[in-house]
Amino acid sequence: MTIYYSEDHEWVNVTDKTGTVGISEYAQKALGDIVFVELPEVGDEFSKGDEVAVVESVKAASEIYSLVSGEITEVNGELETNASLVNSSAEEDGWFFKIEISDDSELDDLMDADGYKKFIAGLE
Amino acid sequence: MSATDDDHNEDDLLKTPLHSLHEELSGKMVPFAGYLMPVQYPLGVMGEHNHTREAAGLFDVSHMGQVVIKGKDADLWLETLVPGNIIDLKVNRIRYSMFTNEQGGILDDLMITRRENDIFMVVNAGCKTEDIAHMRAHLPDHLELVELNDRALVALQGPKAAEILSRFANGADQMDFMSYAEVEICGAKCFISRCGYTGEDGHEISIPADKAIEVCKTILKEPEVEAIGLGARDSLRLEAGLCLYGHDITVNTTPVEAALVWSIGKRRREQGGFPGAEKILTQISSGNIERKRVGILPSGRAPAREGTEILDADDNVIGIITSGGFGPTFAGPIAMGYVTLKNAETGTSVFLQVRKNKLEAKVAAMPFVPQKYYRKK
Repeated sequence: MTIYYSEDHEWVNVTDKTGTVGISEYAQKALGDIVFVELPEVGDEFSKGDEVAVVESVKAASEIYSLVSGEITEVNGELETNASLVNSSAEEDGWFFKIEISDDSELDDLMDADGYKKFIAGLE
Repeated sequence: MSATDDDHNEDDLLKTPLHSLHEELSGKMVPFAGYLMPVQYPLGVMGEHNHTREAAGLFDVSHMGQVVIKGKDADLWLETLVPGNIIDLKVNRIRYSMFTNEQGGILDDLMITRRENDIFMVVNAGCKTEDIAHMRAHLPDHLELVELNDRALVALQGPKAAEILSRFANGADQMDFMSYAEVEICGAKCFISRCGYTGEDGHEISIPADKAIEVCKTILKEPEVEAIGLGARDSLRLEAGLCLYGHDITVNTTPVEAALVWSIGKRRREQGGFPGAEKILTQISSGNIERKRVGILPSGRAPAREGTEILDADDNVIGIITSGGFGPTFAGPIAMGYVTLKNAETGTSVFLQVRKNKLEAKVAAMPFVPQKYYRKK
């Protein structure tokens, strides 16, 4: 199990070919109170960079772009009734969806946990 | 996640007299109408919204324009620019009205107070330069127009707001809704108006700029008061069904289309005499308008933001959302917008095109959360 982060503050936790995707603790703080998450559907296919989900806070909507190419295998149904799970547990219970990664070389462009920690330290 | 903040050059932005207080309170500062304003504090939009509904919130609204008109027959002349009844406005009473143009469009909405010797107005930040130019162009030279640039403006809103203010300004809680008084707080001469933009009871307080931080710190020391940013101000006013200029009302909407006919007095409807009167009065008497501002209630959990198209069952575009988001007190998505007149009746089923989804919604009565203005018995 390896976790990767993007500069857009998303994470993907990879086990074999399956990636679990969400937004980082830093992202949930920046977005504020999350009231709705629009998730993809199981079976949908995305290329890296496609808009795959939308996070709505009281203030605004923010798009989530796919970190990797692949097919959606599962979505977090809990978020439908309790979107604030993203605020309370961004990097665990507040995951968005699972994706079957079609090209794991795309992970090379992402940061590891230490790299991301340094990256956000540079933003403060 | 994509950045949504405007990337204006911070150096070009104006700061209110409360700027250093916002920084001290760790307000998140964003550009708004040419000013650097706090969108939220560490409490967050939802927490600030709920706190205002449950106790009291203090908002910096110093970006808004405070203008005084002095001189003979200022009320008569002002009536040539607004459809509100100003001549019959009693001393220390406030009226909501709007500047209209010859086409009946709304140039700005504003609060007008008749004071003992002059008329005091509060106008929108984004319109104030144009409003003043408009008044200078149309009002006679004998009337003096004074911008009160040396005053801050804050709003104290919420069920406990009036009682809190009365701790510093004796009797503030006994003032009627839409009335005005001049009081001393911390030794500073303040203008207090029992009105606001949240649907809650409370006051707006005009404070000399050099005393603004002291007065606000004094109010914030009261245990029931929290500083509230523009984010919660927007969700509060949307729940209260109140218009945001530039979004829900613009130069392309008339007061009739905007469902603001209640603000046009009987005498003004009979006599006209304001810009666009011909069009506006014809719209009132015929009831014939192409579109009307209504509340929109999405059936699901997804908010429909400004710019969302409103469709009928056959996918025809019948309107557009002008303000939309999530109402923390309502506990669900809420919106307002314009629809064609035949779809404007409360309860009408409509659809909202939110990204790739066509979502069910209904035309709904506003406000979404009951207004709690203080009415003197």
